[in-house]
Amino acid sequence: MSAAPWKAKVDDIITQQGRVKEVLLPCLGAIQEVSGYIPQPAISYLQECLDVPSVDIYGVITFYGMLTTKQQGKYVIRLCNSLPCHLNKSENILRVVERKLGIKAGETSPDGKFTLETVACLGLCDKAPAMMINDKSYGNLTEATTQEILAELNG
Amino acid sequence: MSSPRDEGWLIRVGLASCGIAAGAKEVYNALSARLGDKGLGVTLKKTGCIGMCYNEPLIEVVSPRKERTFYKQVTPDKINRIISEHLIQGKLVTEWAVPDEEINRLLAKQQRIVLRNCGIIDPESIDDYLAVDGYKALKKALSTMSPDEVIGEVTKSGLRGRGGAGFPTGVKWGFARKSSGELKYLICNADEGDPGAFMDRSVLESDPHSVIEGMLIAGYAIGASQGYIYVRAEYPLAINRLELALADAKKAGFIGETILDSNFSFDIKIRQGAGAFVCGEETALLMSLEGRRGMPRVRPPFPAQSGLWGKPTNINNVETLANIAWIILHGASVYSKYGTEKSRGTKVFALAGKIVHGGLIEVPMGITLREIVFDIGGGTSSGLELKAIQIGGPSGGIIPASLMDTPVDYDSLTQTGAIMGSGGLIVMDETSCMIDIARFFLNFIQKESCGKCPFCRIGTRRMLEILERITEGNGKKGDIELLAELAQNVKRASLCGLGQTAPNPVLTTIRYFRNEYEEHIYQKKCRAKKCHALINYTIIPEKCTGCGVCAKYCPVEAISGEKKQPHLIDSNRCIRCGLCMKVCRFDAVSVGSREENA
Ligand SMILES: Cc1cc2nc3c(=O)[nH]c(=O)nc-3n(C[C@H](O)[C@H](O)[C@H](O)COP(=O)(O)O)c2cc1C
Ligand code: SF4
Ligand code: SF4
Ligand code: FES
Ligand code: FES
Repeated sequence: MSAAPWKAKVDDIITQQGRVKEVLLPCLGAIQEVSGYIPQPAISYLQECLDVPSVDIYGVITFYGMLTTKQQGKYVIRLCNSLPCHLNKSENILRVVERKLGIKAGETSPDGKFTLETVACLGLCDKAPAMMINDKSYGNLTEATTQEILAELNG
Repeated sequence: MSSPRDEGWLIRVGLASCGIAAGAKEVYNALSARLGDKGLGVTLKKTGCIGMCYNEPLIEVVSPRKERTFYKQVTPDKINRIISEHLIQGKLVTEWAVPDEEINRLLAKQQRIVLRNCGIIDPESIDDYLAVDGYKALKKALSTMSPDEVIGEVTKSGLRGRGGAGFPTGVKWGFARKSSGELKYLICNADEGDPGAFMDRSVLESDPHSVIEGMLIAGYAIGASQGYIYVRAEYPLAINRLELALADAKKAGFIGETILDSNFSFDIKIRQGAGAFVCGEETALLMSLEGRRGMPRVRPPFPAQSGLWGKPTNINNVETLANIAWIILHGASVYSKYGTEKSRGTKVFALAGKIVHGGLIEVPMGITLREIVFDIGGGTSSGLELKAIQIGGPSGGIIPASLMDTPVDYDSLTQTGAIMGSGGLIVMDETSCMIDIARFFLNFIQKESCGKCPFCRIGTRRMLEILERITEGNGKKGDIELLAELAQNVKRASLCGLGQTAPNPVLTTIRYFRNEYEEHIYQKKCRAKKCHALINYTIIPEKCTGCGVCAKYCPVEAISGEKKQPHLIDSNRCIRCGLCMKVCRFDAVSVGSREENA
């Protein structure tokens, strides 16, 4: 079996910063980023390397909203539902995305392509309603532009 | 070209993440291609947040004679005309330029200290920062001031923490300095989680070195050797630019061992959050940095005594730190000229919601809310009456339009029941329902409470349930009193600031808009036409031409009717999205209270 892509990242971080508990969160963040979720073997690996009990690792994963042990879609859609976006009808955008992708907030599409989440303010409030898809930001969303953006990714 | 030989034209493109979201990168690339092949001798520059976020994508053209023109909502296809008319023929393209009056109006009441370089320098260039006196304050502090003198200067400036609590910065540094221990830490809190707040993001994306310089001076003052920047993972661009800035500052010798030949050594690491709002609270942040669940703990001991790994630690907000270099360079007495007696200096606000000029502003303390919302912000974007503003995020409160003459200082804002908070200012017009807003914030708190304190966890859930039933038309007599009582308990029995301030949005809406609560409960009426259970969309038969457009747009097929015949909305199916009203060209859709329309 070839080494999982997350392993190189974790080794990098540990080489640079040492085998200290402090790097648990950066390691988990890196694994989440490359794999889209935290797979079981990664947890065992961290447990060994950093000498942290696995319950503690699970504790950390469940505490932070961006970490998950469930496989996420290729595109993670984070739709803001904080006040300025809410005032500009972000719930209508949510409905468009839900309908278009056939999934609800918190779910991943069966083909593994999309994960939909509603999140707190993305700092794009002057362009409310706003969302991020992976690292890209989108603002001033309307029903029409949202459909276009999704169609492009589906294309 | 008629420009003098020595100095050419300069074009700046605002490339903070909101500019990029509006398409500024495409504009930059198009400019770069166009200017490259014409050899016009124009300098093209990336810059950060210009402040006029509502006009983005935004470029600034500076003529050889230093005349500045801003072009708004620029797209790649507008570029040719701007270059050929403005740069080559010397005529402004007035229909795309931001009018002078608008700029004067925006800037007249502002005082830019924190934002001094934002929108002017290239955040990715340390040379740019050095050219505007960058790292001069650090040099001054290290070579001419003792740590105690630095602390004295910051104390004298009257600067208070901009992260929300408003604690005097110099005094806090004094505690950390006096705390015994070889190893001390300095942390920059860049977790900015208040909904509606994007001040810290803009500063980090537009002028990262100013925050780094502030950290170095703070580290020197308290005797720390290691710094951390704890930044939310939702800010990838800010993280990128910080990484670059740290690397450049290291190369230039501002970070590392024996900095600038002094005996001060300091290193800075970046740590990312992982999507937990409560980690902005300082004790939770420390737990998170140690690699644990971000649960707040009781203070004392304060971080100054026992912080990261039990060592003395000082935590400051991004904006607080961005003030430091300016204060050291210009002197405390110049800084403290701005503001009021107890709230010195300036404050950055992010204007959002229903406002014409949404964006980032910096104003001297003591300015009134009215001046911010109307003179700078241009009033409501809908043209409807201002109803209230929300300030301070989930810990803050609502201030009604009648109190717009309140001066912006820590004490006056606290008296209204809101707080200064970190700088989010959300404008609301008549279409905002105050009970909906209160419900909204409690829902947020419910999701973000770490769960440690029963009252914060369960008390707010009870409050949320009551608000939900009020918005759903099932409010009961006594609900308002029950809400107020629960609110007091949650405030009293919560450990950290999150729970202690969570009831503020509810308490302030009850205080100023009790009549709206009563209308919801007793008359089942939502005057803002927001609460879905209390409103109905209907089609006025006399106005309907039967064009069918609304039926095509309705997402749930709630509209039916024959062509050229008045259409009908099935109220049971309708999800109250309001789309039909927006698309009807004949004003035939109306929204009203359930009874009125029934
Ligand atoms: C729930 C909660 C969230 C907070 N979030 C932040 C934040 O995102 N950024 C920040 O600087 N301070 C935040 N604070 C305030 C910090 O606890 C702390 O007071 C501040 O970072 C100190 O810096 P200052 O003295 O420079 O303001 C938060 C406080 C609470 C209770
Ligand atoms: S769009 Fe207006 S006029 Fe046309 S069918 Fe709908 S309600 Fe009637
Ligand atoms: S408000 Fe929305 S759901 Fe209701 S009828 Fe109109 S378009 Fe359809
Ligand atoms: S409220 Fe949606 S991006 Fe800030
Ligand atoms: S002008 Fe873009 S962040 Fe303000």
